[in-house]
Amino acid sequence: MGSRKWAVEFTDNSSTPSTRDIPDPPGFTRVPHDQDDSTLSRQKKDAEANWKSQKAWEVAQAPFKNLMMMGFMMWMAGSTVHLFSIGITFSALWQPLSALQGVGKVFAPYKDSKVDLLAPKLLFIALNLGGMLLGVWKLNALGLLPTHASDWVSSLPPAREVEYSGGGIALH
Amino acid sequence: MAMAIKLSLILLLCLSSLLAPSFSLFEDQVGLMDWHQRYIGKVKHAVFHTQKAGRKRVLVSTEENVIASLDLRRGEIFWRHVLGPNDVVDKIDIALGKYVITLSSEGSILRAWNLPDGQMVWESFLSGSKYSKALLTVPSNLKVDLDSPIFVYSGGCLHAISSIDGEYLWKKDFAIESVDVHQLILSGGSDVVHAVGVTDSSQFDTYEIDVKNGGLLKHTSASFPGGVYGEILPVSGDRFVVLDASRSVVLLITVNNGATHLQQTHVSDLIHGSSENTVILPSKLSGIFSLRTDSCIVFVKVTDEGKLNVMEKVDKTVVVSDALALSEGEQAFALVQQGDSKIELSVRLVHDMSSNHLKETVKMDHERGFVHKIFINNYVRTDRSHGFRALIVMEDHSLLLLQQGEIVWTRDDGLASVIDVTTSELPVEKIGVSVAKVEHSLFEWLKGHMLKLKGTLMLATPDEVAAIQQIRLQSSQKNKMTRDHNGFRKLLILLTRAGKLYALHTGNGRVVWSTLLQSLRTTSQQQCAGLKLRQWQVPHHHALDNNPSVLVVGRCGLSLTSPSALSIVDAYTGKELQNLGPAEHSTVQVITLPFRDSTEQQLHLLIDADKRAHLYPTTPEAASIFQRESENVYWYSVESEAGILRGYGVKKTHSSEYSFEARNLWSIVFPAESEKIIATVTRKPNEVVHTQAKVIADEDVMYKYISKNMVFVATVSPKASGPIGSATPDESVLVVYLIDTVTGRILHRMTHLGSQGPVHAVLSENWVVYHYFNLRAHRYEMSVIEIYDQSRAENKDVLKLIVGKHNLTTPVSSYSRPEVTTKSQSYFFTHSVKAISVSSTAKGITSKHLLIGTIGDQVLALDKRFVDPRRSLNPTQAEKEEGLLPLTDALPIIPQSYVTHAFKVEGLRGIETIPAKLESTSLVFAYGVDLFYTRIAPSKTYDSLTEDFNYALLLLTIVALVIAIFVTWVLSERKDLQDKWR
Repeated sequence: MGSRKWAVEFTDNSSTPSTRDIPDPPGFTRVPHDQDDSTLSRQKKDAEANWKSQKAWEVAQAPFKNLMMMGFMMWMAGSTVHLFSIGITFSALWQPLSALQGVGKVFAPYKDSKVDLLAPKLLFIALNLGGMLLGVWKLNALGLLPTHASDWVSSLPPAREVEYSGGGIALH
Repeated sequence: MAMAIKLSLILLLCLSSLLAPSFSLFEDQVGLMDWHQRYIGKVKHAVFHTQKAGRKRVLVSTEENVIASLDLRRGEIFWRHVLGPNDVVDKIDIALGKYVITLSSEGSILRAWNLPDGQMVWESFLSGSKYSKALLTVPSNLKVDLDSPIFVYSGGCLHAISSIDGEYLWKKDFAIESVDVHQLILSGGSDVVHAVGVTDSSQFDTYEIDVKNGGLLKHTSASFPGGVYGEILPVSGDRFVVLDASRSVVLLITVNNGATHLQQTHVSDLIHGSSENTVILPSKLSGIFSLRTDSCIVFVKVTDEGKLNVMEKVDKTVVVSDALALSEGEQAFALVQQGDSKIELSVRLVHDMSSNHLKETVKMDHERGFVHKIFINNYVRTDRSHGFRALIVMEDHSLLLLQQGEIVWTRDDGLASVIDVTTSELPVEKIGVSVAKVEHSLFEWLKGHMLKLKGTLMLATPDEVAAIQQIRLQSSQKNKMTRDHNGFRKLLILLTRAGKLYALHTGNGRVVWSTLLQSLRTTSQQQCAGLKLRQWQVPHHHALDNNPSVLVVGRCGLSLTSPSALSIVDAYTGKELQNLGPAEHSTVQVITLPFRDSTEQQLHLLIDADKRAHLYPTTPEAASIFQRESENVYWYSVESEAGILRGYGVKKTHSSEYSFEARNLWSIVFPAESEKIIATVTRKPNEVVHTQAKVIADEDVMYKYISKNMVFVATVSPKASGPIGSATPDESVLVVYLIDTVTGRILHRMTHLGSQGPVHAVLSENWVVYHYFNLRAHRYEMSVIEIYDQSRAENKDVLKLIVGKHNLTTPVSSYSRPEVTTKSQSYFFTHSVKAISVSSTAKGITSKHLLIGTIGDQVLALDKRFVDPRRSLNPTQAEKEEGLLPLTDALPIIPQSYVTHAFKVEGLRGIETIPAKLESTSLVFAYGVDLFYTRIAPSKTYDSLTEDFNYALLLLTIVALVIAIFVTWVLSERKDLQDKWR
C-alpha cells in the first residue's frame, strides 16, 4: 500500500451511513427513509386524492367545451353537403368515438384507491355521447342517414312483370 | 323577400349554367366523337354538264327527292337540295346552259336553280285541271322574242314558260279534248311543238302547236279499236310506235300530211318464242325502238318504207341507256350486260348497230347486284375521237362512274334510305399482342401526351398545335375493330330499302361490310323489300365462340299477305348464315320475346296476316321454352283504318310444332265517326329502368308504374286528320290513351280540345311525351303524362322496408289491375317535329334527354326536367333543391343543345339511341338522307375523365411527389442519426 499516492473511491456509500466514519457535511441531517411520520403522510395523501378527483372532474368536463365548439362549427358549416360540412360532421363523430375508446387511458393518471372515478367517467362518457349525437343529428340534417323510405326503396329493382306482350301496327 | 328573390336568382343562374353548356362543344371538338355522312339516294335521272365547263359535273334527281350537282371527277356533292317527301321530282334538265330546271309535285312546281352554286333563281306554280303525266321539254336552240321557252305538260295543260324568269308565256288546255299527252316533240328549227297523245285509250291524236302563242295549227287523229298499253314512243319525226292493249301487237303510226296511217305487227313475229309482259323501252333512238319481253330484248329498226326489221336480240338483263346525240345527227347509246362479278359496257352508234363502237369490261363487286340504270356522256379525246363515260346506278342504289374501263368513283347512296337500325358489339380483343406493337403504341401514347402537355403549358408551336388536333381526330383507338371498355366502339347494322345490309363502325362511320341479301332481291316476278332488323344472337356467356348475328325480316310482294323472307346474317362478316325464305307464311308483326335458348338465340314470334304466330328459331329447345312460357305471352294488333285494337293470347292447341293459333282476348273499338288512330308508341323493349321509386321533395316517394306492356295511342276526329288548317278548332279533338296491352285496360285517357296531329310521341319508363298542334293557340304543344302506381304507395314505413316487409319486388301481373294515378302538363314548343326519341343508358341511372328531330333536320336535346308535370309556378324550397324548375309556358330551345351542332341530317326520319357501357353516355344515331352519329352524356361524363385530360401532367406530378417523398425520407433518416450521436 505504500506505493499508492492517492485513490478515488467511486462506490457510493451514502445508503449505508453507519459504516462510514466520515462525518456528514454540516447542515445535513440524515433521516432514515423508512421512518415516516404517519400523520404527515396521511395529510399529504388526502391532498393528492383531492387534487386527483378535482382533475378527474375537470377532464370529465372537457368534452363540454369541445361540444360547444363543434356546435358552433356545425352551425357555420350550413346544411348543404360539401367538403367542409362533411369534414366537420365526421370529425364530430370521430372525436367522441376515439375519446370513448380511451376512457381508461384518460383517467389512468387519476387512479387512486381513495378517488371515486365512476362519476367523472360517466359524465365524460355522457358528454362524448352527446357530441356523437350532435354529429349524428348533423349527419341526418345533411340527409346522409337512411331514415326515409326513399333511401331504402331506391336500390330496389323494378318488379318483374309476369306477362309479356308485343305487337303494334302491321308492318308496311 | 328581397333575400328570397336573390336566392332564386342565384339558383336560376346556377341552373342555367348547369343546363346550358352541358352538351355544347368547342370548335376543336367537332369530329372527335361525331361523324356526318351526306348522301343523295337512288338516282332516277341524270343530266351531264360537261361542255366548256371548268368543273365537269352531273346533275341528278333521286328517289329521295334530292337534286344534286356532283363532281364528275370525284363524285363529291357540289350542292344539294332535299325537296320534301311530298315534292317528288319528275323531270330534270338544263336550260340556257346555266340553269337547272326541275319539275316536281306531279308537274305542278317548276323551279330553276343556278348551276354553279345551286341557288334558286325562280319558281313557278303550274295549275292544271286534272291529273296527268308530267312532261318537260327544254329546247336547246329555240328563240322566241329573245326568250327561250320551256314546255311543260302537266295537269292536262301545255304550258310555255320563260326560262329567264319563269313567267308564263301561254297555256293550252287539253283537258277539254280529254286527251292524254304522251310526248312533246320539237323538231329542230321549226316553230312548232308536236304533242302526241291518246284519247280514251282508243284514239291517237297529234297536235301541232305554235310555239309563239300556243295556237293550234293542226290536229290529226286516228282511232284504233284495240286500245293501247303504255306510252307512245316516237321513232322518227313522223313515226310512232305503241303497244296495243293486249301487249301482243306493235302499232306503227305514220303521220303523213294530215293523214294517219296505222300498221300492226305481232310481237310474236318479231320475237320467235315467248312474248310475255312485253314493253317498249323508253330509250329514244332515231329509227330504232327496243322491245323487252320476259325472255329477251330486241332492237327493231323501222325502215323508210315502214317495215320492222329485227336488228339484234340481247339478254333481258341488259340495260339500255338513252340516246346521246353526237355530232351531225349521229346518235350513240350504251348497253350494259351483266356478267359474273363483272359487267360489260358497250357503246353503239345508232346508224351502225352491227358493231360495238366501244366495249369495256369492268370488274364489279357482286354485292352491288345488277345494273339498274345507265346514263352516258361523251367527251372528245385528243385525237378527235369520241370517248364515253357512263354513270351507272346499281341494284343497291349505289352510283358509279365508269371511264376507260375503270370505276372512277363510287357512292354508296343506298345509305340514304335506311329502314331499320340495330347494333352489334365488336369482337373482344385477343390477348397476346406483340411486344414491339405495345412498345410502339406506348411510345406513340407518350409522344401524344407530351405534345398535349406542351399544348397545355402553351409551349407548342402552331405546327404542334395542328399535330395535336390531328392526333385527337384520328385517334387509332376509336377506330379499332375490337370492343373497348366504355362500349363506344360498336357496329351499326343498317337495313336499306334496296335490301342491302351495311355495317358501319361507330368510330368514324366507315363501312365495315355490306351484303346484298339474296332473299330480299327484287326479281321480275316479285318485288321484295326489307321490313325489320332484329338482333338474333347476342353471345354473352354460353356461346362466346359464336359471332353475333342479326335477323332480317322481309316481304316478297306488295300486299300484307305476301310471303315473308327471313335471313340470318353474321354481324362480324356479313355472311348470310341461314336463308329461311321465302317462308310459307306472311309477316305483319315481328315480336322479340324476352327468352333465349342455350346458344343465346333470341326467340321471335312472327305474326302472319291470318293472326297465326310462328316461332323462330325452329328448334325443339325453343319450342319447349315457348311452351313453358306461352301462358304469359300476348300480342296485340292496331288496325288503324278500322280503328280497332285487338289483343291476343296463344291458344293451347297448335297447328304445328312451331306455329300457334291465336285467341282473341280483348278489343277496343274507337268510334269511327269521332276518332281515328294516328299514332301509337311503345317503350323500347331493351330499355333498362334502374328504380321504381321517384324521390320527390322532402324525401317522399312516388312509385312509378313501370310496365313494358303499355301502348300510347293518339286519335283525332276524322275531320282533323288532314293537314293543319283543314279543320276548325271546334271540330278537331285529340284524344290520347295509355292502354295495357295484356288486358286491354285503358289506364288513362285524356282529351285535348281544339288540337290535332301530326302526333309524335316517345314512351319511356313511366312517362310519355307527345307533340301535337293546338289550333286555338296556333302553336305546337308538347304534353307529358307520368303514370304512378297507387297500389304500392303504402310502402312508406322505413322499418318495414328495412326488414323487407314490402311487396315492391314481387312480380306483378296486369290482371291484378293496380290502381294508377297520372300527372300531366302541357307546354308550347316552337318547332314542328319530325321524330322524338329519348336517350338510353346501360343501367338507367343517368337522367334522360329527349332527342327531338326538328323541322330543320337537326337533333335537339331537351332535358327531361323541362317536361316534368310536377313543375309549378312557385316551387317550394324543397322542390327547388330537388331540381324542379319553375313552370314556364314554353319549352326553351337552347342553341347549344343541338347535338347535331352545325350539321343537318337532311330528310331526317329516325333517331336511334344505344346505351354505351359507360353509364353516363348514350350513343345517338340519326338517319335520313344523311347519317349522323354522336355520343351524348345527359348528366355530363361523371364517370370518366374527359378526352383532353392530361395524363402526362398527372404522371409528372406523381413522379415529382415520389421523388419528394424519397428525398425527404433520406433527409429525415440523416437527421435522426445525427440526433442520436448528439
